[in-house]
Amino acid sequence: MDHDTLILFWVAVLGFAILVYGLLDGFDLGVGMLFGLSQNGTDRDAMQAAIAPSWDGNETWLILIGTVLFGAFSEVYAVLLSALYIPVLLLLIGLIFRGVAFEFRKQSGAAMRPVWDFGFWAGSGVVAFVQGAAIGTMITGVPVVDRHYAGGSFIWLKPFPILCGIGLMAGYALLGACWLIRRGQDSLRARAFLWARRAATGMVITLGVLAALALVLRPEAAATLLERPRAMVFPALWAAVVIALFASLRSERRSAFPFLLTALSFVSAFGFLAAAFWPWMIPGAVTVADAASPESSLRFMFWGAGLFALPIIIIYTAVIYRVFRTGPVTTY
Amino acid sequence: MAEFDATLLSRIQFAFVIAFHIIFPAFTIGLAAWLATIEAAHFFTGRPVYRRVFDFWLRVFSIAFGMGVVTGVVMAFQFGTNWAGLAERAGSIQGPLLGYETFTAFMMEATFLGVVLFGRNRVAPWFYLLACICVSLGTLLSSFWILANNSWMQVPVGHKLVDGRIVPDDWLQIVLGQVQLVRWPHMVLACFLTTGMSVVATASWWLLRGRHRDEALVSMRWSLGLMAVLIPAQMFVGHLAGDIVHRFQPAKFAALEARFETQQPASEVLIALPDPDTGKNLYAIEIPRLGSLIASGTLDSREVGLNTFPPQDRPPVLLPFFTFRIMVGMGFVLLGIAWVGVALAWRGALERARWFQILGLICFPAGFVAVLAGWFTAEVGRQPWAIYGILRTADAVTPSLVTMDVALSLLAYVAVYGIVYSFGLTYIFRLLRDGPRDFAAPGDGTAKRPMSLAAATAPGRE
Ligand code: HDD
Ligand code: HEM
Ligand code: HEM
Repeated sequence: MDHDTLILFWVAVLGFAILVYGLLDGFDLGVGMLFGLSQNGTDRDAMQAAIAPSWDGNETWLILIGTVLFGAFSEVYAVLLSALYIPVLLLLIGLIFRGVAFEFRKQSGAAMRPVWDFGFWAGSGVVAFVQGAAIGTMITGVPVVDRHYAGGSFIWLKPFPILCGIGLMAGYALLGACWLIRRGQDSLRARAFLWARRAATGMVITLGVLAALALVLRPEAAATLLERPRAMVFPALWAAVVIALFASLRSERRSAFPFLLTALSFVSAFGFLAAAFWPWMIPGAVTVADAASPESSLRFMFWGAGLFALPIIIIYTAVIYRVFRTGPVTTY
Repeated sequence: MAEFDATLLSRIQFAFVIAFHIIFPAFTIGLAAWLATIEAAHFFTGRPVYRRVFDFWLRVFSIAFGMGVVTGVVMAFQFGTNWAGLAERAGSIQGPLLGYETFTAFMMEATFLGVVLFGRNRVAPWFYLLACICVSLGTLLSSFWILANNSWMQVPVGHKLVDGRIVPDDWLQIVLGQVQLVRWPHMVLACFLTTGMSVVATASWWLLRGRHRDEALVSMRWSLGLMAVLIPAQMFVGHLAGDIVHRFQPAKFAALEARFETQQPASEVLIALPDPDTGKNLYAIEIPRLGSLIASGTLDSREVGLNTFPPQDRPPVLLPFFTFRIMVGMGFVLLGIAWVGVALAWRGALERARWFQILGLICFPAGFVAVLAGWFTAEVGRQPWAIYGILRTADAVTPSLVTMDVALSLLAYVAVYGIVYSFGLTYIFRLLRDGPRDFAAPGDGTAKRPMSLAAATAPGRE
């Protein structure tokens, strides 16, 4: 296998990991945010139980993304994390509070419980927002000089990234609501439908505004897209999926459809970004080829991690979700 | 000199978050091996007391593991946020090594931890034992990759320089260099000893309060026996580690020994208050010629002093000097506890010897202290280099980093870790205090979960 093939392999792994992460941690972060909207103790317990078996495994995909970036595309790892110093800090603190809340909330007395509850939903919200803002920052452009980030601390605190953050919060909340539609009991499921419709509406509106803004902010990107008409398959797919989603949210029966459709909308949005970005990894600043580690690093990672560990992880994740597919959440 | 710029604050921050992180892996690496040992004893003898001991430590393991995960996630991002200079230049070596750690940990976690935490009643006993062993192997592999990375930073080998970047040339050298082959065992033994001491202390505590007699005695005997064998081994490997420092990092070695001037024959400063400004050791207790003996195995070797290195290449002296002595001191404490304890156990006197139980309880933190002291010795002694001899710490830091941001993040980590740690530790403390019998029927994952943060670590639970 030559260098170019190895690079392609690791880009594919990275893209796959990002997508899996977004879908899996997306729904449990979403449930975490919706937790804040629910005041009912039983519902709250059920919501936490719905994600307790899987949240940690989901989160590990984030670390996987981090280390694949570090190993295979270290320049991107270095530039992005330097540019996003404060958001990454917020992300980590959010993850910590959210993670410990699972148990601390049960162990604590009545006095501390509201604190951990708050940590749980606020932490989930912060994590979702920061990830969206990070994508937004990449779209608006990250200044790089001499292979290093050359900007200030608040590049992510601009309207476009902020809106992206809100958009991703809505998207994750939608995933979370759809997860509850599949897994929740009566009253919770009814509320989940309500949340899903609102989140879907919010997501569509923010994405619409974002698309318009993007055309204004980066007209050259629009020009690139015109040269790549095939990339437009994705927005078309996205629109069709979203219409189907709204239709599926009309009946109030337990169903896996809303979740699948939402997942498909994520896939098409991600596909669109990937098609629009290629061959850049950080648009306008670092290309995939620039960022790639030398052949010997990629090959070293390929034989053990890529060929052996990764398939096992994927198979295992799939099996676990299959096992959990039906069981009602209350047995947890 | 000590100006609080982004570099110094980043160093403090890195030291803070990793010092808090390592406390848990050091404990869980040992506990995983301990659990496998006890489960094997249970498997082969069938005695129920082993089962109770096992179930008890499994709960402790799950909390500590959870805390290790939470603090470890923070570590995975530090290299990019604060050490982008390092990540960008050496990422093609360090990234794959840390990548292997993640893949290994993920696999181990995904497959076997779930079985160990929740699968007792679902799998055959032999498979359960196998799962315990695999979890232990997983933690050991994890530590292997992390140490490979750090050993390479201490003594870089198998690389070449291309356009100012450090790229891999010979992975075998990088992964299995002689430095790694000494430092990894030193670390693994350190973890085993740390856990061993914790087990002895917990059992002592139960005995002192007249509780859980059988479990306490079983735990004590096993643990003391293992420690008694491991600690001399650790001292020997520690000696090899010293040898490596002597050969590859002479400036660090001089700092460890507070040797300011080159000497022949060299004396050994047992204890002193080094004063780097004047290059003198105040209140020194020295033994002539011992320095040469320790460093080179002869009575009259010439040993270089710090003054042979240009000032900008000298590491700090005070910290490595004292932390090294603290580590070695703790080594002797552990040796004393283990050997005296084994002698007592031999005569069947463990249960009566209250003085030993009190001592055992007091020495609870000895292993943790040694681990932290050892790492401070190794890391501070490596300064001013991030990659020894190749990349200075000052060039490793993220170029765009603003002092204010690091100050903020450091404060935030201190606050958050303070909160999370105090609750987590309270929880472990309660578990240790209450001891084995207060738990629900073993194997029933849902009955009394100590910490679902930890428990849910296993995607495999129902
Ligand atoms: C893979 C790499 C790696 C590993 C496994 C460790 N370290 Fe380290 N350490 C670094 C990589 C590093 C570093 C990123 O290279 C730092 C930051 C700046 C520097 O010079 O080295 C560092 C600095 C650093 C410092 C500050 C030294 C100074 O600036 O004077 C301390 C006290 C520690 N570490 C302590 C530890 C502890 C307690 C560890 C136990 C787990 C540990 N390190 C493992
Ligand atoms: C630069 C230093 C380090 C980084 C980046 C790092 C990273 C991590 C991460 C991300 C996790 C969580 C993985 C998960 O979700 O399962 C973790 C846990 C763990 N780490 Fe570290 N780590 C570092 C230092 C160390 C050291 C020095 C050791 C041991 C010698 C170690 C041993 C472990 C182990 C055994 C775990 C599993 C959790 C546990 O047992 O507590 N780590 N680490
Ligand atoms: C008593 C004899 C001992 C000697 C001579 C010794 C020697 C050393 C030396 C020279 C280093 C520095 C290695 C470097 O800078 O690369 C070191 C590091 C370390 N030591 Fe020890 N040590 C001893 C006992 C212990 C004990 C009892 C423990 C823990 C229970 C321990 C834990 C560590 C750790 C965790 C490190 C840092 C990791 C590393 O650099 O390998 N040591 N030791």
